[in-house]
Amino acid sequence: MKEYPGTTGLILNEPLLWEKGKKGRNGYSLPRRDVETYAVDEALLGEGPDFPDLSEVDIIRHYVRLSQWNFSVDSGMYPLGSCTMKYNPKTNERQVSQAGFAAAHPLLPPDLSQGILALMYELERFLVEITGMDAATLQPAAGAHGELTGMLLFYAYHKSKGAQRSKIIVPDTAHGTNPASAALCGYKPVPIKSNDQGILAPKDVSQVMDEQTAGIMVTNPNTLGLFEENIKEIAEIVHAKDGLVYCDGANMNAVMGIVHMGDIGIDVLHLNLHKTFSSPHGGGGPGSGPVCVRTHLEPFLPIPRVIEKKGQYLLSADFPDSIGKLHAFYGNVGVLIRAYSYILSMGADNLKKASQLAVLNAAYIKQKLKDTFHLAYDRPCMHECVFSDKNQQMHKVTTLDMVKRLMDYGFHPPTIYFPLVVPGAIMIEPTETESKEDIDLFIDSMKAIADEARENPDLLREAPKNSRRRRLDETAAARKPCLRG
Amino acid sequence: MRYLPHTPEDISAMLEAIGVKSLEDLFPTVPHDCRRTGDLSLPEALTEWELNKHIDKLSNRMAVSPEFKVFLGAGSYDHYIPASVSYLLSRSEFVTSYTPYQPEISQGTLQAIFEYQTLTARLLGMDVANASQYDGASSLAEALLMAVRITRQNKVAVSGLIHPNYRQVIETYFAPTDCEFIELPYTEAGITDLSKINDLENLAAVAVQSPNFFGCIEDLQSSAKKAHDKKALLVVGFTEPLAYGMYKNPGSYDADIACGEGQSLGIPRTFGGPALGMFAAKQKYVRNMPGRLVGQTVDVEGRRGYVLTLATREQHIRREKATSNICTNHSLCALASSMYMASVGGSGFKELARLNYDRCEYLKDRLRKAGYSSPFNRSTFNEFVVQFPQGFETTYQDLLKKKIIAGLPLECYYPELANHYLLCVTETMAKEDMDTLVREVVT
Repeated sequence: MKEYPGTTGLILNEPLLWEKGKKGRNGYSLPRRDVETYAVDEALLGEGPDFPDLSEVDIIRHYVRLSQWNFSVDSGMYPLGSCTMKYNPKTNERQVSQAGFAAAHPLLPPDLSQGILALMYELERFLVEITGMDAATLQPAAGAHGELTGMLLFYAYHKSKGAQRSKIIVPDTAHGTNPASAALCGYKPVPIKSNDQGILAPKDVSQVMDEQTAGIMVTNPNTLGLFEENIKEIAEIVHAKDGLVYCDGANMNAVMGIVHMGDIGIDVLHLNLHKTFSSPHGGGGPGSGPVCVRTHLEPFLPIPRVIEKKGQYLLSADFPDSIGKLHAFYGNVGVLIRAYSYILSMGADNLKKASQLAVLNAAYIKQKLKDTFHLAYDRPCMHECVFSDKNQQMHKVTTLDMVKRLMDYGFHPPTIYFPLVVPGAIMIEPTETESKEDIDLFIDSMKAIADEARENPDLLREAPKNSRRRRLDETAAARKPCLRG
Repeated sequence: MRYLPHTPEDISAMLEAIGVKSLEDLFPTVPHDCRRTGDLSLPEALTEWELNKHIDKLSNRMAVSPEFKVFLGAGSYDHYIPASVSYLLSRSEFVTSYTPYQPEISQGTLQAIFEYQTLTARLLGMDVANASQYDGASSLAEALLMAVRITRQNKVAVSGLIHPNYRQVIETYFAPTDCEFIELPYTEAGITDLSKINDLENLAAVAVQSPNFFGCIEDLQSSAKKAHDKKALLVVGFTEPLAYGMYKNPGSYDADIACGEGQSLGIPRTFGGPALGMFAAKQKYVRNMPGRLVGQTVDVEGRRGYVLTLATREQHIRREKATSNICTNHSLCALASSMYMASVGGSGFKELARLNYDRCEYLKDRLRKAGYSSPFNRSTFNEFVVQFPQGFETTYQDLLKKKIIAGLPLECYYPELANHYLLCVTETMAKEDMDTLVREVVT
């Protein structure tokens, strides 16, 4: 009998913070008062926040118990498509917590902040090298923030050419944030469909690309896990009408050291350091979304930029064509330090190896599961593969039922119902940090679930059973929102 | 490489199962003219020991306390973070989990965010708070875009005493829109001059920061009246929310949106990020809010639980019609701030805020007695502007050599304020260090 990771154990209940505690307790060592009390304008005084008073032990138990209700990369496999839930190296945490970084004020004079400026300068160079672009900004705080930066760069570029454009091409295999980011810059997204191979056909692009269109936003590899094989031709079509090509680099983990994004016609590309470069997701953030550009867009990059003069690093705002600032200071520096540490730990060969192994793991899963689950596009995949619930529909179970059951087996569900081009999509991205044994166990779990779908479908419909909570009523939550206590 | 678990045997077995010969053969769909010709040019991989040494060298080139006495605030504050908070925050289950889209196995993050939303709403005196955003600057920009959506007006009046960097970010967000950004000047008291609002029409929002960039407490009562008389929303920003442990919060002045930077609540400064964009609004605007929201519900057995909710506002459902393109929250930073707020507690928060105030007043008082006063007489919190004599720049540079950073020179932000410095004092600044500063300035 195979032993799957999923099991049951003693999980402890825990109320909300304000349902425990008692006035008069405290969990904080207040500093000694060594100054007198000064007068204050009474009219401005308030009552202070209505927070509970808790002891340190109350707080420790509270959060330790809460933490135990979470699934995490450190506890198990997270085959979440397009999210690249790879292992988050612990040495990165050590590096970011060094006092010189953690306690650094963002407005320190440059002479007194050379360490972090050097790190940021070098990291920009590394990212430029890895992507094959020419220049980078580290300021965007997340992938979608990077997309917004990219769209602002498009906007500034066309403005500098003297005529603003009104539309942007967004394929159906692009990330969901793309249309929203474009809309913030006033661009109307023009959707185009991928072809029967799951990729973009140049003729479909040329049909919509015109002088009113700012450019195209592609995700490459796309959200079907397929490489956009016609990308060069597409870029030529867009460039011929003086449009720009934006590449959502969320899936960069498939092509490090393999594809040169600059050479294939990409003008702007954002990276997700919390995906490709191993920084942890933190339950939803903070991430970091640096943007790399080709030379013709460099003048528009956000300010301030880190520059080097005679071995000294400086922050310079002297870029008159810049789109301006995107962040209160310079971006999520803590995430940058982790990515920098990761790149230095890996080196060129291991980064390329990581991409190869990420593709190996995905291709292996695709091969092993394609007789069990319907494969949307049976073509060589990159770092992720997309199945659907088509083969299981006859048992009246859905993608949702199957992935909820996967929790009982001890795995986080894949990304589901995305991309939208595949109804009932199950999008699996194992990443390179999962071993063959764990991948095999995942494959066996998926097959066991397919058997259960046939033999005992209620097990799936009622899943999960081993988690602290079972399926939650999301409709009720939205109908009568209770957003605070 | 220790993060890559595949043995050569594993790789062979897997390649064989797939039906290809080598790792290179896994990329048949990447056309040859899309491939790199050479290897990546990056430094040779470092061992963990070498990396530690390299990072230590870089981090040692940074000026931080206790070696340096740093009187800098301006949107980033030094507050003591209890060991218990750092310890809890390093738990893998919080750090290495994803966005809680699968609520059954993410109840820890979800309950923690629900608690964060609650503590934030209580702190700011607002009805609802979201699950957090990137930072104070982008939160403010999003707040103004939200006000534009709600009022269907296209002008915003923004106080010139909102953090200068935040105003730059607002300008960036507004550049491609047809919205107009009008800056309000400041008065002799160091607060926003609201008189210009009378002449403005089609106003979506009036935005002020309190405490403002000079550390002064704004006249939020008048701001609210001016905004509401024009049927505009009052947006109150902040960079130092600890102030609301003492001063009235934005909600007490009928603010429609309160948003700002939460770094001071238990988050290390880390050269300005990651930080915490706190965002709260009146209940009636909840469906216009950007960002994630966690709501309470029940599971199939009727037990209390939490889920991400009202996602129909968000980009992955609404695509280009979404309330924002934001797809993330600064969950771990929000968690840090909740842990911090819970640790300090309701009683402690008031006491800590007052101690911060008194420490700052001590320095203000000492400098005043030494002949250096603030040009603004409004009440302040943690920060104040002081005018030093002409030529103080040289003294400032000398003090840097003595490892004292005597505040932030204001001239590059406000050209009319030559020789004016913004000084910051929190509970971490020792009395003797303030005495040293005064002594050095006087000599």
